[in-house]
Amino acid sequence: MSDRLINLTLHVWRQTGPDEPGRFETYQAKDITTHMSFLEMLDVVNEGLIERGETPIVFDYDCREGICGSCGIVVNGEAHGPQRRTSTCQVHMRQFQDGDELWLEPWRASGFPIVKDLMVDRSAFDRIMQAGGYVSIRTGSAPEANELPVAKELADKAMDAAACIGCGACVAACPNASASLFTAAKVAHLSLLPQGQPERADRVRKMVAQMDAEGFGGCTNHGECEAACPKGISLDWIARMNRELVRAMVKSEKPVQARDR
Amino acid sequence: MELRSNEPTGPIDKRWSNHKEAGKLVAPANRRKHSVIVVGSGLAGGAASASLGEMGYNVKCFCYQDSPRRAHSIAAQGGINAAKNYQNDGDSVYRLFYDTVKGGDFRSRESNVYRLAELSVEIIDQAVSQGVPFAREYGGLLANRSFGGAQVSRTFYARGQTGQQLLLGAYQALSRQIEAGTVEMFPRTEMLDLIVHDRRARGIVTRDLTTGEVSTHIADMVVLCTGGYSNVFYLSTNAKGCNATAVWRAHRRGAAFANPCYTQIHPTCIPQAGPYQSKLTLMSESLRNDGRVWVPRNKEDVTKPPEAIPEADRFYYLEERYPAFGNLVPRDVASRNALYVTNDGLGVGPEVDGERRGVYLDFKDAIERLGEQTSRERYGNLFEMFQRITGDNPYETPMRIYPATHYTMGGLWVDYNLQTTIPGLFAGGEANFSDHGANRLGASALMQGLADGYFVLPFTVGNYLGDVRNLPPLADDHPDVQAAVSAVEARIDKLMNAPYPKHPPEHYHRKLGRIIWTKCGMSRSKEGLEEALREIPELRDEFWREVKVTGSGAELNQTLERAGRVADFFELGELMCIDALDRKESCGGHFREEYQENGEALRDDENYSYVAAWDWTGNASEPQLHKEPLTFEYVKPTKRSYK
Repeated sequence: MSDRLINLTLHVWRQTGPDEPGRFETYQAKDITTHMSFLEMLDVVNEGLIERGETPIVFDYDCREGICGSCGIVVNGEAHGPQRRTSTCQVHMRQFQDGDELWLEPWRASGFPIVKDLMVDRSAFDRIMQAGGYVSIRTGSAPEANELPVAKELADKAMDAAACIGCGACVAACPNASASLFTAAKVAHLSLLPQGQPERADRVRKMVAQMDAEGFGGCTNHGECEAACPKGISLDWIARMNRELVRAMVKSEKPVQARDR
Repeated sequence: MELRSNEPTGPIDKRWSNHKEAGKLVAPANRRKHSVIVVGSGLAGGAASASLGEMGYNVKCFCYQDSPRRAHSIAAQGGINAAKNYQNDGDSVYRLFYDTVKGGDFRSRESNVYRLAELSVEIIDQAVSQGVPFAREYGGLLANRSFGGAQVSRTFYARGQTGQQLLLGAYQALSRQIEAGTVEMFPRTEMLDLIVHDRRARGIVTRDLTTGEVSTHIADMVVLCTGGYSNVFYLSTNAKGCNATAVWRAHRRGAAFANPCYTQIHPTCIPQAGPYQSKLTLMSESLRNDGRVWVPRNKEDVTKPPEAIPEADRFYYLEERYPAFGNLVPRDVASRNALYVTNDGLGVGPEVDGERRGVYLDFKDAIERLGEQTSRERYGNLFEMFQRITGDNPYETPMRIYPATHYTMGGLWVDYNLQTTIPGLFAGGEANFSDHGANRLGASALMQGLADGYFVLPFTVGNYLGDVRNLPPLADDHPDVQAAVSAVEARIDKLMNAPYPKHPPEHYHRKLGRIIWTKCGMSRSKEGLEEALREIPELRDEFWREVKVTGSGAELNQTLERAGRVADFFELGELMCIDALDRKESCGGHFREEYQENGEALRDDENYSYVAAWDWTGNASEPQLHKEPLTFEYVKPTKRSYK
């Protein structure tokens, strides 16, 4: 319980809309207790801005316990900030020193247009999911759950992949702004399980086609995605997705069509 | 107004199937002619949208988050109950029904609860087929655990992320329907009013949170699955954005609000560290299996490091007061006792607003008994979470915990079909009041959200539409529609232009939360509630006079969003206190200090065995009470005792 008060200088990316020019604005965050979370620190700065009649900094947030995937700020060049396997909302101010200067930026990727300030549009992820990230099972038509045993090892691996929170840090951290880790995690989750087999080939082709159509870059194995991922999603899933894709293309020559953005 | 529950009669295990057989249907070819609005995309809303879309209805689904995958159902850790009896330990649909009625302290409707227990088994089948990676045994079959003191192992789980995985299952099903074109999704869109025409719910007024644009959406019916209202307390385990605006706007348009005073306080949350705190984080209740709860026996020890306090000066208050159950007493008992010891000045941890609101949860003995390795396996992720948030290492020093609001059992009053008192307006999941009575059992929230979304609403929506058939079209320029739009615009204008702008909405929300938490929280008294009922309207007036929102309403404006939600919390908070004052008994999550027997809650079945459904009268301070009497044919009310 070592409680410290620190002062910080924040350089925050301010941009009023997707097509407006942006710039860094400088703010002082004063008397910040180190027990605050990073977003609470921004709340305090914002309340001060409102009190002074200024426009507060826009950023996405919701659960503030690292599971909803809403938040995401690049802090001093690192997606989600300095703490490993931790989303922005779970970074606490004890990670910083008195007098630190912090540069706050939004996720930067052509697949994630800026909405305002630090908020971006991640609907591309939803469209990748809509392209095939599911098992087609009608409500009410499911067989008895224990009719189909799944080896514990497979179920555990599927769970590792399914832990993705869809925050987009992988894209923000990647020098190519690739969405491969996100897409690969869902491909892996469903292709590992017996329930995902009937649509296995179609799913990977459609999801990858949509990912490409959204303007994300390709994967060149930098591994920055895994390092930035708050849930520790493994880079290995990308290799698996590539194998799945080759396997699927060998099986079918039917072209797949991505949806327009 | 007469409250008609529309419960089927006859043997309880046949009621749901008989009801379905007697219900109306819409033929497949006619479904696309019907449009349904679903507000909320969590377990209930996401599952309902996906299922209704799949059946062929035209669905529009709305959520305030940037993606339907982020609804707060995602944060549920523990698990989901289902009466599968895979463990051969004597579980059954009847036993889950019985436990849920008893757990709700005999304040829920038997028919609804039985249906919930019945549907629990289908939910697991559905989720597994979607690819939800539940925990499994080495033989490949599904694993279970016992949860929240249940005597059987009926809880299914996916590590500590059960809510996330079930929500992603529903989200994936919803994504499939969006791709198929049966569901149109409106993320970053908030419902700000309900459109009622010819006494039926026919649409909603929304604000696009990105552009600020106010629009109308007309449909044949509206389903609200917008979650609970724990954020009325300002600090709760809910996501920051969780709000009651949709249900409150519906209430103001005529939907009765039931049992608002039934709120659940979870005993094991990380205590507040300072006045800036934005939310509280829950830690799994499983911690109480091995951790020992204590505070210093002497006030002068509360600032000492815990290691410096000798064993004899430690007050293991749960073990002393409840020798049979010890640290595993039910949630409300554990929470209330933490309140009492901190009221006595024995709380530990940082001082916030002049009080130390925390108690120790000590793993020293457990680590000695189990070894560090086993402790790490059982609790490692929770210890890590605690350390990330507080900076303290639970392997070396006791954790600190304190209760926090976690779930709200109250909500919009609904009949057996989940229809509110406005025809054509339905409510599912935490947004309705229906299944948990005065208290909710662990691992039952996910079950109820999905039962409503996958199985109840898809039938009852069809039953309603099959009954009303072809509703006359409603034009955007109809006076009923325009009146709702004007009301929304006027309210935005009022929030943007308070006469004496001083502070952002959080300032008032914190004060409101403080009133509700101390006077309508874990322990309530006539005196405290009456005080709250004087303070809330005063603070509300201050809010409307002084709230400061910068920027404009015609753009993305997060301060404006929060201001609107806080304004509704003021009215709902007042109703909670009115309801708590009316209920002169203690039951479930509602504990009235005047009604206890040797420290145990004292229910009054003779006078209070009813659902309190409140009607909006135009004056937030004078709602009208209607009572739905509760009868118990199967589970006879008994007294709880944990001594």
